[in-house]
Amino acid sequence: MTPKKFAYFAPASLKEAIQLLRENEDAKVLAGGQSLIALMKLRLAAPAALVDITKTGDLLSYIREGKNDNLEVGALTTHDTLERSKIINKKFPILSDAASKIGDQQIRNRGTIGGSCCHADPAADLPTALTALEPEFAVRGVKGKRVIPQSEFFVDTFTTSIAKDEILTEIRIPHTPPKSGSAYIKHSRREGDFAIVGVGAVVTVGPKGVCRDVRVSLGAVAPTPIRAKSAERHLKGKTLDEGNIAEAAERANEEADPPSDMHGSRQYRLDMIRVFARRALNLALSRAR
Amino acid sequence: MAKLTEKTELVQVRCKVNGDAYTGTAEPRTLLVYFLRDVLNLTGTHVGCDTGHCGACTVIMDGKTVKSCMVLAVQAEGASILTVEGLAKGENLHPIQEAFWENHGLQCGYCTPGMLMSALFLLQRNPNPTDEEIRRGIDGNLCRCTGYVNIVKSVKAAAKKMRGVEVTA
Repeated sequence: MTPKKFAYFAPASLKEAIQLLRENEDAKVLAGGQSLIALMKLRLAAPAALVDITKTGDLLSYIREGKNDNLEVGALTTHDTLERSKIINKKFPILSDAASKIGDQQIRNRGTIGGSCCHADPAADLPTALTALEPEFAVRGVKGKRVIPQSEFFVDTFTTSIAKDEILTEIRIPHTPPKSGSAYIKHSRREGDFAIVGVGAVVTVGPKGVCRDVRVSLGAVAPTPIRAKSAERHLKGKTLDEGNIAEAAERANEEADPPSDMHGSRQYRLDMIRVFARRALNLALSRAR
Repeated sequence: MAKLTEKTELVQVRCKVNGDAYTGTAEPRTLLVYFLRDVLNLTGTHVGCDTGHCGACTVIMDGKTVKSCMVLAVQAEGASILTVEGLAKGENLHPIQEAFWENHGLQCGYCTPGMLMSALFLLQRNPNPTDEEIRRGIDGNLCRCTGYVNIVKSVKAAAKKMRGVEVTA
């Protein structure tokens, strides 16, 4: 269980890190390492070089108010920090829900939100939760900074639109209007396992209890996290009552294309999406009030 | 900038373990647990599953529990680490160790070094945890003997002993 030989770099700045990524063929960014090191030990990954970005002077662990009515989360913010953050618990409980369900305490102490997004495991919790929040991903590369909208970030299983010599630095999450609630719930056989189905929901309540806005995201049921658009369309503009939520949840699996594997068949996952979408919507709604 | 080939060879790692400064050499691919055990001869930290699941190799690094089989030794450069060897003060067991002893919190003992570190981390954050909070606090540590009942009991007893007493890495 020892990784294949690789070169290790701990650059003192992000600029140097980007340069190293550019110069070294087959180099990978190392953050908390709780996915990458595991893969390397199993030799499912064998990069020639690791560029450790945790020792740069550019501190990437923070949660702060942004300029455009958004919250800025540094890419190296750990799951443990997210889970315990007062502002995240208050404004985006969907993210503290997701962070609290990742692995175990030791993994949450090391693993980072940026690492989880860049790793892009379709069954991972934070990418699914974030998909319901429509954030922007700020990256830095040789040519400078750019911002990738959420809809273009996750490309395929373990694949994002970040270039080889770019580094994710920050995730910008737009604030939701007043009377919004959010939740993430996950179906797994054991605590801390990867999701068999993960569902994120954000609900905004309008006048007279009508659904002003709703977003539902699904994980582990397609090559990337996806939105359950049909369910969203069904609920928007309708009264947020038990019946309408249940009806919307029935449609939550229409965009899903889940795999069959040892954790559950395709049909089982399609069924569970409906169950967990209903629960996530109800929990999000209970927090909106 | 150093060439790639130079960097795959042995590199120096300096860190503090249980308050003592250590310098050792390791390949970049050496895992922290093997660095602690084989280079620094601190064999109290156990290798259990070696896949990041069981938590037997748990140590406290810069104040937080980590699985030392999921951290590279080179990542511990400049870090301050607490292992099970750092708990007792001379002949005096740490209150958590005493509590595990008195409450039969172990049978074979293999998971115990990691379990103690997770218990310490939990109690530093939450000096008076409920049973449920204890169970969540040790969610990264597997025990195949006890069924956890006596471990939870031990952590509860340790909390009582430690309440008001500050213990830091």
